[in-house]
Amino acid sequence: MSEPRTLIDKLWAAHEITRREDGAALLWVDRHYVHEGSFHAFSQMKARGRSIAEPGLTFGVADHYVPTRARAAGIADPEIAAMVRNFEANATDHHITLFGLRDPRQGIVHVVGPEQGLTLPGLLIVCGDSHTSTHGAFGAYAFGIGASEVAHVLMTQTLWQKKPKRMRITVDGKTAPGVAAKDIALAVIARVHADGAQGHAIEFAGGAIRALSMEGRLTLCNMSIEAGGRCGMVAPDATTFAYLKGRPYAPKGADFDRAVEAWSVLASDADAAFDREVSLDGGAIAPIVTWGTTPDDALPVDGRAPDPARETNEARQKYVREALDYMGIAPGTKLTDIAIDRVFIGSCTNARIEDLRAAAAVLAGRVSKVPGLVSPGSSLVKKQAEEEGLDRIFRDAGLEWADSGCSMCVGINGDIVPAGQRCASTTNRNFRGRQGPGSRTHLMSPAMVAAAAVSGHLADVRPLLAGRKP
Amino acid sequence: MEKFVRLAAKACPLPQPNLNTDQILPARFLKWPRSRGLGQVLFHDLRRDGDGKERPDFPLNQPVYRNAKILLAGRNFGGGSSREAAVYAIHDHGFRCVIAPSFGDIFAQNAVKNGLLTAIVSETDVAELAAAVAADPERSLTVDLDKQTITCGNRSYGFAIDPVSRNQLINGWDDVDLTESYRARIQAFRTEDRLLRPWATPART
Repeated sequence: MSEPRTLIDKLWAAHEITRREDGAALLWVDRHYVHEGSFHAFSQMKARGRSIAEPGLTFGVADHYVPTRARAAGIADPEIAAMVRNFEANATDHHITLFGLRDPRQGIVHVVGPEQGLTLPGLLIVCGDSHTSTHGAFGAYAFGIGASEVAHVLMTQTLWQKKPKRMRITVDGKTAPGVAAKDIALAVIARVHADGAQGHAIEFAGGAIRALSMEGRLTLCNMSIEAGGRCGMVAPDATTFAYLKGRPYAPKGADFDRAVEAWSVLASDADAAFDREVSLDGGAIAPIVTWGTTPDDALPVDGRAPDPARETNEARQKYVREALDYMGIAPGTKLTDIAIDRVFIGSCTNARIEDLRAAAAVLAGRVSKVPGLVSPGSSLVKKQAEEEGLDRIFRDAGLEWADSGCSMCVGINGDIVPAGQRCASTTNRNFRGRQGPGSRTHLMSPAMVAAAAVSGHLADVRPLLAGRKP
Repeated sequence: MEKFVRLAAKACPLPQPNLNTDQILPARFLKWPRSRGLGQVLFHDLRRDGDGKERPDFPLNQPVYRNAKILLAGRNFGGGSSREAAVYAIHDHGFRCVIAPSFGDIFAQNAVKNGLLTAIVSETDVAELAAAVAADPERSLTVDLDKQTITCGNRSYGFAIDPVSRNQLINGWDDVDLTESYRARIQAFRTEDRLLRPWATPART
C-alpha cells in the first residue's frame, strides 16, 4: 500500500520534473495566462534574446488596464493605450492566443480561463496575478507569480517551487438563504487571518463546499490569497465535470469521458494527513461585511465596528484605531448605520453570471440610493446577462452597465472611487487606497452590495429577499 | 542574479502590520517602466499627503533614515498583489534586506529573484531591533545570511529563511541558466506527459 495522499500531493507529483537537494522542485506548467501587466516579463525575455517555449500553452487576456466605458472610441489615456497595444503586439509576435480588447470572449483572466474550458482539473496553472488561486476551484494547482517567474515560465514552461504545506478547511452544514460563497470566504479569512495560510496550499472540503456551484467555488478559491494562501482548491466532482462539458478548449467526446475518469481520482485519500486542519459550521455563517483595511476585518452585518478601547493588545489597539480612522467610522458603530456613497459589482471574485443574478434578484423593481458601476466578469457574461434581461434591472435601478475588465477592483484603468468616498464592493481587497487614493472599501457578496445600494447604507440582504427567489 | 551574503547598514523601522504591496507601490505606478525610477514612489501614499507633500512623521521622510538599507517591518509584510514592481521599488530605493515576523508568499519569492533578503524574526525580536534603532538611528545592523544572524551592538538575533531562498541568494543563482541545465530532462518529461495526460493539452489550439 502506498502512503495516503492529499490532493496537492497528487497534483505536485504529476508535475515534478526534478527535485534539488535543497527541496526545490522544477515543475511543468500546463497553462500560463498573461495580461497587460506582464510587460516586465516580456522585457526580461527579450533582454535575453529568448522566445516563448510553449506558445500553445500560453494565453493572453486584456483585463487589467482596459476601459469599461466607451470602448468603441478607443483608449483615451495615451499611456494605457500604449500598454494595451504593446501587450497585443507581444501576443501577436510570439504567436500566443489572445483574448484582446475587441475579442467577443474578452474578460477578466480568471473568468475567461474557466469559461473557455482552458482551466481544467489536474492542471498546473500560473499567471502574474495573485488571484490565480481562483482556478483551484476545478481541482487545479493554480497560483500567482511575479514578473521574474512569469519570464521564467515564458522561456522554459517550467517553474522552481518549494512544496507548500497542506491545510484543509472544512465547512460542513448547510448555509442559510442569503448566505453566499463570498460570506463563506470572508468567514474563513476572519478565522485564519490575512496571513494564516501563508506557506500552505488550502483544500476546501465539507458539505457546504460540495453544495457550491462552480461560480461559488471560484469565488471561494479566489479569496484564498486573502487568507495568505497562494492557492486554494476544491476536488473535482460531478458539478465540475458538468460545467466543463462542451467548453471550447475542454476535451471533446470520448476524450472528455477519458479525462473525467482521470480527474475523478483527484481527491484527497480518506486517511491522508494535513499539516493543519480548520473547520467551520456552514449553518452558523451570516452575511458578512468588512469594516477595516484588511479582508480579515470581517464581521456579521448585524454586528458593530470594534472599539479600540476594548482591545487588550496594544499593537491591535493601534491597528484598529488607525483602520477606523482611515475608514471614517466611529468606534462601536452599528455596521448597518454606515452610509455608503457608491457601489461596485465586478472583479474576478464576484462578476460571473450567478453573481449578477444574485444582485439582480435584490435590485429588481427597486432603485439604488447611490450611484454604482456593474462590470461583468467577461464579455460573454455580459452578453448572457443581457439575454436574461439583467442589464435592464441594473439600469432601471440607476446603476451603470459597463464592459468587462478588472475595473474598480484595482482602479488602474481609471475606474476609481474618489478620495474619502465609501464603496460597497463585491471585490477582494479593502486595502487603503485599493480602489483609488483615499477610497474606503467594504467587501461583501453581490446580493449584499445590492442590499446596500437600495438601502443607502450597509444592510442585511435577508429581509430584502422575503418573497423573492434569491 | 544579485547575490546577498552579508550586509552592514543602517535600518529604518516601519512597524505597522499588513503593509501589503498596494501600500508599497500603489497600483497607478504599475504602468511605469522600471527605468522611470520606482524607488522615488516607494510607499507613495503613506509617505506623501494628498497634495504630494511629504508627511514628516513617516520614517522614510526623516533624514536619518533616508539612506537605510535595511527595513524593519511588521507582520504580513508584502501580502496581497503579486506585483514584482513592489520589490523593484524597495530595491531601487536602496534597500537590500527586509526584516519582519512574516511575509506574503509571492512577495518573498519575488524578493529572492531580485537579491532582496527577507529575514523572518519573532514579533518580540523585531520590536527590540526597532527600539534599538529608534534610540540610535545612526547605528548599523549586520545581517549575515550564512550564519542567519542579525547583529545589533552586542546582541545577536537568529532569523529564518527557507533553505531554497538562502541557497539562491548566497550563490546568486540565475533560475533560467539553472533550468537550461535540465533541458533534456524537461523534454523527456514533456514527451511522457503528453501520453500520460493527453487531456492536459488544450483541445482547440
